Parts: sequence; structure tokens; C-alpha cells
Amino acid sequence: MTAPFGARLDDVVVRFGRQRRVTSDGGTYRADASAALDGASLTIRPGTITGVLGRNGAGKTTMLSLLAAYRRPTAGTLAVGAGDDPAAWEDPWENPWVTSNVQLVSEGGGVQDDEKLRETLKYYADLRPFWDADTAERLLETFEISTRKKPNALSRGKRSAVGAVLGLASRAPLTIFDEVYLGMDAPTRYAFYDEILADYAAHPRTILLSSHLVEEVERLFEDVVVLDRGRVLLAESAEEMAARGFSLTGPTTAVERLAGDRRILHRQQLGGTVQVTLEGAPDDGTRAAAREAGVEVGHLPLQDLFVRLTDPAARAGHPDGAGR
Amino acid sequence: MFDGPEPLYVQIGQMIRSQVLAGELGEDEQVMSTTQFATTFRINPATAAKAFSGLVDEGVLYKRRGLGMFVAPGARARLLEHDRQAYFDEVLAPALAQAKVLGITTDEIVTHIRHQHTTSEES
Repeated sequence: MTAPFGARLDDVVVRFGRQRRVTSDGGTYRADASAALDGASLTIRPGTITGVLGRNGAGKTTMLSLLAAYRRPTAGTLAVGAGDDPAAWEDPWENPWVTSNVQLVSEGGGVQDDEKLRETLKYYADLRPFWDADTAERLLETFEISTRKKPNALSRGKRSAVGAVLGLASRAPLTIFDEVYLGMDAPTRYAFYDEILADYAAHPRTILLSSHLVEEVERLFEDVVVLDRGRVLLAESAEEMAARGFSLTGPTTAVERLAGDRRILHRQQLGGTVQVTLEGAPDDGTRAAAREAGVEVGHLPLQDLFVRLTDPAARAGHPDGAGR
Repeated sequence: MFDGPEPLYVQIGQMIRSQVLAGELGEDEQVMSTTQFATTFRINPATAAKAFSGLVDEGVLYKRRGLGMFVAPGARARLLEHDRQAYFDEVLAPALAQAKVLGITTDEIVTHIRHQHTTSEES
């Protein structure tokens, strides 16, 4: 098997072409569409499960389709390839070696609707050098999907499960799941997460997973990328990201003394008790002082941090928010 | 599971340590592989691996090539000694500080502990 793939974006811009729009009185005019990616730079570490987070329209799908060479950037450079040295990676566009080793599973996509599923599976078996037919077979059984059916006869959740099967069975050195959980019920989603972990452990590769269900998936991630309005807000390890904030809960005066001059991301008053969310990680001194003052130190779920970081009101003041 | 304030790998370490302390994991007993651990608790295998390698450095676990991770001989005794030290600083000190705030005297505390101990020994 080829080594896991890494990927790198340097100042990538994707602008969709000019559009003809209709005015209220029936006339038309041409307007520039806004940029889906607006100077995005980041490196995806080979061999990681990396979470791709962002609000609607942040540019997640655009970025993921660039990596699979579904589209080209308007400006900037893009490199995908094996090994730890980004200098050896290649432009994915019209690059058979890269594209055969990158599997993008889009939301509900990747299947031929009007042909039996069996045909879609044959197509991927030919396309993907590391395709594992036994895994596909087993997973279809797990998700209770018949290969005799046509995808357009399947429910939304089952179609998503087909996408999950295609991604996992592809064993591609870069496997991308773009909101593949849509329509899946909770037991199916958890089965999907379990299969990702088991397959990744047995066949190490790079997996990108975009999801809005942050709480469900945060522990799967080794690295996390947060996109916001076409830019990279953060790209770091899940551990580093978790260390970006914590909470203190307790008597108002004690909490305020402990908070000192740290930046307060959020504050909630409940009578004489206050809970504040602070930027940064608690040091040993703070922990000890909190214990003595009867203040509880809490961990900040990735979900909360994500909401705070991408909150329009907080964006302006955030040091990492303005640049890239 | 694992919803404390510390990083996940620290909490995993604490869980294994407390299992060794409680005798649930005996010396030279094999612990779950990182893969088993990751799939059981639905966490990234790298996080589990980081926790386990920390425990190896501490001497709680040792690695047998090709076989997996095992509880180190003497691990329980070492953890006991360490945690007994920590008990006074981390558990008792805050409790005594709180007692001071509440105006509970040392005599009252001692009497209470004596009483508790007699009842628990009788039962």
C-alpha cells in the first residue's frame, strides 16, 4: 500500500465565475460571485484523521473538492502526495497518480443513481488500486444495503451509508468524507465512526472528515481544521485546540480573582455562581488555587470553542481570526 | 466516560492507573491494545497511544515486542506510594481549608473520623 497522503494549500483562492443575475424590473446584469476560498493556507499531516469544521458556506466542500481534483483553484497552489516532505507532493489536477489515490465521498454523491449498486461497486473496484471487495461486502451487510437496488430507491440515510462503504473500502491513501453522515440515524452514525477507527487502525491512511455534529466526532480527530468565510481560522492538533479554552465555575469573587486578566470568551451568571469560559489552558497554579477556592475547572468541548471562534461578534477581536 | 477537564490522554492514563491501584489489572497482565482501546472508547488511536507511552515512561506499563502492553511488576506499589503522598496535598488539604472556612475545629474532625472508623470497622 502507498504511504498515507498529505496535502497542502498555499494562499488558495476559489472564485466562481461571473453570474448573470436578474433585477427586480426584469433586466439582467453581470456580477462577480464571492470567493468560496479566499487565501486559504494549511497543511494536512499524512496519516492523521483530520476534522474539517466550519459553518455553512465556510468553504469546506470547495476545499475538499480541490484535493480530489474535482475543481482547480482560481489562484494559489495546491499539492497532494505521499511522505512527510510537502516539496515532493504534486498538483492533483489531471494527475492520474494522485486522483486514483484520493477518494472523495460527497454528501449523497459518488453513486450512479440509475444503475444497480453492484455496477457502482465494480466501477470503484477498477478505479481504486487498493479497493477491498471483502470490506465492501461486509460493510454493506452491516448497513443492511442490498447491491441489487438502485441508489435512487434508497433512503437518504442508506445513500449516505453507501458513501461510507465506498470511502472505507477504497482504502485510498487520502480518504475524504464530506458530510457523509447526513440522513443516517444515530446507531448507523456510531457504526460508521467505529468502522472508520477500526479500518484506520488496521490500514493507516489519511482521513478527512467534515461534520456539523462536532460533539459526536471530536474524539476521532488527531488534527482539526477550522474554516471560516473562505479562510483557515485554525489548523492544529485536537490537543492544541482543546488547550485554547477552559471554564471556571464557582463563587463570583473567587472566579473573577482566578480569571485575572485572561480574555473571557463567555460568561454566565447563575445567582451568586458564575461560569466563565476563558482563553488559554489552566496552569498548575490556577488549578491549585481553584481547588482551594472551591472553583471547578472544566474542559471546553470542541463544539463550544468552535461556536465561540466562528461567532461573528467575536471574530473581529480574535488574534488568529483576521489573518489566516 | 472521559469528560474531565484534563486532556483526553491524561484521563486515559488516570483510568489505567486507578485500575492498577484497585487491583483490577494485575501485574504482568496484558492491557488492551491501542486499537482495541480506540475502538472501544471511540477515540483516535494516536490519543490512546500517547496515553500508553506515557504510562510506559512512568513504569506503570511495559511493552513486549509483538505481543502488546503489560502491567509492570511493582507498578501497584509505586502508584500506592505516590498517591498516598498526593492524598494529603490534593485531597485532605482542600477539605481542611474548607473546614477552616466553616469554623469546624480540628477536634471535631478528629472525633468524627474516629467515630466513622469505629462504625466502619464494626460493620
